[in-house]
Amino acid sequence: MTDGHFVSREPFDPHSIEALTPAQEKYYLASQWKLMWWKLKRHRLAVICGIILALNYASIMFSEVIAPYNLHTRNTDFVYSPPQSVHLFHQGEFIGPFVYGRGYELDMDLLKRNYPEQMDNVQPLRFFCQGDEYRFWGLFEARFHLVCPPENGTFFLLGTDRLGRDMFSRITYGARISLTIGLVGILISFTFGIVIGGFAGYYGGWVDASVQRLIEVIRSFPELPLWMALSAVLPVNWSPILIFFGITVILAMLDWTGLARAVRSKLLSLREEDYCTAAELMGAKPGRIIGRHLLPGFMSHLIASATLSVPTMILGETALSFLGLGLRPPVTSWGVLLNEAQNINVVALYPWLLFPVVPVILVIMTFNFFGDGLRDAADPYK
Amino acid sequence: MFNYLSRRVLTMILTLLAISVLVFIIIQLPPGDYLTTYITELESQGELVNTEKIEELRRQYGLDRPMYEQFFIWVTGLVQGDLGYSFEHGLPVTDVVGDRLFLSLILNFSTIIFIYVVSFPIGVYSATHQYSWGDHGLTLLGFLGLATPNFLLALILLYLANVFFGTSIGGLMDPIYIDQPWTMDKVLSVFEHLWVPVFVIGTSGTAGMIRRLRANLLDELQKQYVTTGRAKGLPPGRLLRKYPLRIALNFFVADIGNLLPAVISGAEIVAVVMSLPTTGPILLSALQSQDMYLAGSFLMFLAVLTVFGVLVSDILLALLDPRIRLGGSASK
Repeated sequence: MTDGHFVSREPFDPHSIEALTPAQEKYYLASQWKLMWWKLKRHRLAVICGIILALNYASIMFSEVIAPYNLHTRNTDFVYSPPQSVHLFHQGEFIGPFVYGRGYELDMDLLKRNYPEQMDNVQPLRFFCQGDEYRFWGLFEARFHLVCPPENGTFFLLGTDRLGRDMFSRITYGARISLTIGLVGILISFTFGIVIGGFAGYYGGWVDASVQRLIEVIRSFPELPLWMALSAVLPVNWSPILIFFGITVILAMLDWTGLARAVRSKLLSLREEDYCTAAELMGAKPGRIIGRHLLPGFMSHLIASATLSVPTMILGETALSFLGLGLRPPVTSWGVLLNEAQNINVVALYPWLLFPVVPVILVIMTFNFFGDGLRDAADPYK
Repeated sequence: MFNYLSRRVLTMILTLLAISVLVFIIIQLPPGDYLTTYITELESQGELVNTEKIEELRRQYGLDRPMYEQFFIWVTGLVQGDLGYSFEHGLPVTDVVGDRLFLSLILNFSTIIFIYVVSFPIGVYSATHQYSWGDHGLTLLGFLGLATPNFLLALILLYLANVFFGTSIGGLMDPIYIDQPWTMDKVLSVFEHLWVPVFVIGTSGTAGMIRRLRANLLDELQKQYVTTGRAKGLPPGRLLRKYPLRIALNFFVADIGNLLPAVISGAEIVAVVMSLPTTGPILLSALQSQDMYLAGSFLMFLAVLTVFGVLVSDILLALLDPRIRLGGSASK
């Protein structure tokens, strides 16, 4: 103490520097998925889009209940009926959700059907009610709906098509096909990508070279025309279900290349790591090394990238069905619905046939935003 | 340079060969050849089938030969400009196609130019003014453009034009010029109509290009040579033009390999929606009636267009960047 230097009298604790605050400890001990989740939460837009998507996917579980009509119900008295709006007040008096009744007259000059609103005919909507019959998931008969048309009335929120089928119900049902085809497709292309890219990256040499060439050839081809050509050669006598799977496989067949490239380039560098050599020396087979030791290292990133190709698939199906080369009725997807809007003269007369465009764009956009946020969150270097 | 060029051309030829095998497989995929389809069609109409004539046709088109010989005949025909025979139209494919290939070429080329001209200034602005209001606005706009499927955009625009202006914006020229020989007026008319489909096809490509250019330029701007230049007192504009922009430009040209397939894909379906006299509508109708030779020729044409475009971009890139010219094959 004589030379003026400060010396602490506290006992020396060699671990003091390593001690972590609880927050740090939580961060360091968190699993990879947890880290991703925290990062994703900070990305406000991605979270909102994720919620919208989750709601959409939840809705396809209960399409039958949400839709006021059955998918195939034809209201032959109301062909090409314009949308009916829901009102709450009738002449300043609160009634609750109701629609005005519809009359019918034929305009003999234009040969056009008119459905004038009868302003004195108030028809309250029914909720949690018994309506059109359906087979829930094809399993059992039921009649329960969230909302039903009034007794002896109609409720066409988005109008009807050329057979008098309710557009809103058809869009609700169409979501089921349109949304699942993206997921099933990505599942197939994911498998393709991991297996092919995995082999190319792990073995290198001529396997890698030939896979690389194959990918180059596929990628140098404009996607849509090739999709069109492939789906055009699906046999006409296939059942709609087979066509559904055929289209999914076709969509996936051109999509795996990007993923395979990512897997390959990652594996090429990772297989030089010591832990990989160690596994090899202990006698692990290539399949095990790839699947157990190498892939989990960047799986989260792969899944995030895969999310970004789901909208491509949904759009591919929509485009094909729109052109009449994809799914065929009675299977109903948004693309199949849009097929009726192909003729611009029909659209000019009955613009509500364009409504399926809205969910398509909404889903594509939310998927893009969500996938973008997810990819940023899964990137460990950011 | 010569080595590089010859290697690239060789790869291109091999790629095209692989693609032609693929296309030929697709042509052969529907069960039976088109003569069997032709026969059933005749029988369904109650006409007598002339077996001798069928046999003769079969010989003429080489359908009695083994598969690889048929493929060989088809490919040599393609190289010589003989695109095969359309059974739906009863004409050689070359006659059915007319100047559609040419119009397709113009449409795709203009779209690429449009994408470059629009996305370059916006991308540079976004990168140099990162996180400004302009950047945020443009990014959002880009996202919207990226997410809106172009054929739906076409459909909506067609509808809006019909409602507000009462006109159709479809087509590529005024109706009076259809099937007319090429004159100056017809060329002008094409240019008047061209911008709508170009805009529709170009939106998503432009949006993607802006985002990639922005990301690339941002990477360059953070490098040390930029700091050095700034420290030595280079004016910002000059610094930008002299160094980072030139490097980002490389990528701009190189990216055509991604852009071209997307643009050509988009152009096909937009052409169907807007009924443009390009390859799209005919490709669709050929596929619907399984007129496979016609469809195959179109597929082949689109593939050649892509592969050739990529070759051009590679050559440009080699001219721009000495590392590629001299580096040889090592950079993989």
